[in-house]
Amino acid sequence: MANTHEVAFKLNGKDVQVSVVPRELLIHTLRDRLAHTGPHVGCETSHCGACTVDLDGMSVKSCTVLTVQCDGAELFTVEGLQQAGELHAIQQAFHEEHALQCGYCTPGMLIRAWRLLQETPEPTEQDIRYGLAGNLCRCTGYQNIVKAVQSAARKVADHKVAAQAPSA
Amino acid sequence: MFPAGFDYHAPNSLAEAVQLMGNLGPDAKVLAGGHSLLPMMKLRFAQPSHLVDLRRIAELRGIRQVGDEIHIGAMTTEHELLHSPLLADKVPLLVEGAGWIADPQVRYKGTIGGDISHGDPGNDHPALMLALDASFVLRGAQGERTVKADGFFLGVYSTQLEPGEILTQVRVPIPAPGTGWSYQKLKRKTGDFATAAAAVLLQMKGGNVATVSIALTNAGPTALKASGAEASLLGKPLDEAALDEAARQAMAICEPTPDLRGDVAYKVAMAGEMTRRALQAAHARTGQA
Repeated sequence: MANTHEVAFKLNGKDVQVSVVPRELLIHTLRDRLAHTGPHVGCETSHCGACTVDLDGMSVKSCTVLTVQCDGAELFTVEGLQQAGELHAIQQAFHEEHALQCGYCTPGMLIRAWRLLQETPEPTEQDIRYGLAGNLCRCTGYQNIVKAVQSAARKVADHKVAAQAPSA
Repeated sequence: MFPAGFDYHAPNSLAEAVQLMGNLGPDAKVLAGGHSLLPMMKLRFAQPSHLVDLRRIAELRGIRQVGDEIHIGAMTTEHELLHSPLLADKVPLLVEGAGWIADPQVRYKGTIGGDISHGDPGNDHPALMLALDASFVLRGAQGERTVKADGFFLGVYSTQLEPGEILTQVRVPIPAPGTGWSYQKLKRKTGDFATAAAAVLLQMKGGNVATVSIALTNAGPTALKASGAEASLLGKPLDEAALDEAARQAMAICEPTPDLRGDVAYKVAMAGEMTRRALQAAHARTGQA
């Protein structure tokens, strides 16, 4: 029982390797072992989306993924969104539109919005609300979050920034 | 909130997975998308000694047409169902159903096979499968067998799957051209299970109901086939009186469990209302409304 596994994956473009027991959840590996504290522990029941990260082209809730399931994976967290020290267009848009209040849900919102814009570069308001439905903002600041994603989509269309993968 | 300890296995082939499940005994559980099993393990409602993760097994994925059926690998995700052009063309009911399930993050991971195997009456695929008259391919150490969706669900978290058996494929007959469809689901909020939901397939002929299939989600210990409601509609126009009678017949078979989503009377009433709405929406999509 509880043998350790060597798990190797790419995190924001860098190769990392960790030794974990099977029951270790990805959110804890990211935060406690790899010092990536952007993904937050929220509800722990796969509901709130504060722990959202990007795993092999999918937005996932890292509180409901075992780290052993990530061997060979490519992972992005909010830490990977910045580009050469500059805020990513999505981060800029959240700043400009004041799309956060307490900020707890923001890292999950940002990385989910990034994946949404990869799949739907010109989202309607309905696309954004449906696409971000797995991320809760308990300050209920949804209106500005929707505006920020709309603004980010325009920035991306103008500057072609989100077409690139985020970098470390 | 960690699960209890367990051993983890990630076989590369179905044959290897079946052998592992046979060898490990009844304390082993199959891990698909993990979005039902892992939360249960975190809450200690489940404490398997072994998890057999099917993620590496390519033969368990994909959606393809085989004759007059659609075959869906058990590890196909809700996200893949939702964005499948083949399903949109041939079995749009499944696309509509997938769109109502959980939220984007959960749909990227959650699988059709996991949803069906789990045996939770709150899951959406069981009723969709009943409405579509689907079959399931089950593989175990003794070989492979195919069973009908109707009869597969035995009770809460209980199905015809034997210990060691793995659901490998879902087979869905392609509905005839002109078949209307709808999945109407009442839920309190994104990500929640249905307060009640109804899946309907409907064909009209000469203004009357020619064939109809109705199944209910979360209205009893399993998904329910509303046979009485179906029978009441056959050969009649789908008018207000027929809708009333179908809803009444559907409500008559409901045995929901009261919880935060509502008491028994409310849930039964909502099952009737979802039946009515699904019939109306399916009717509009027959092109003969």
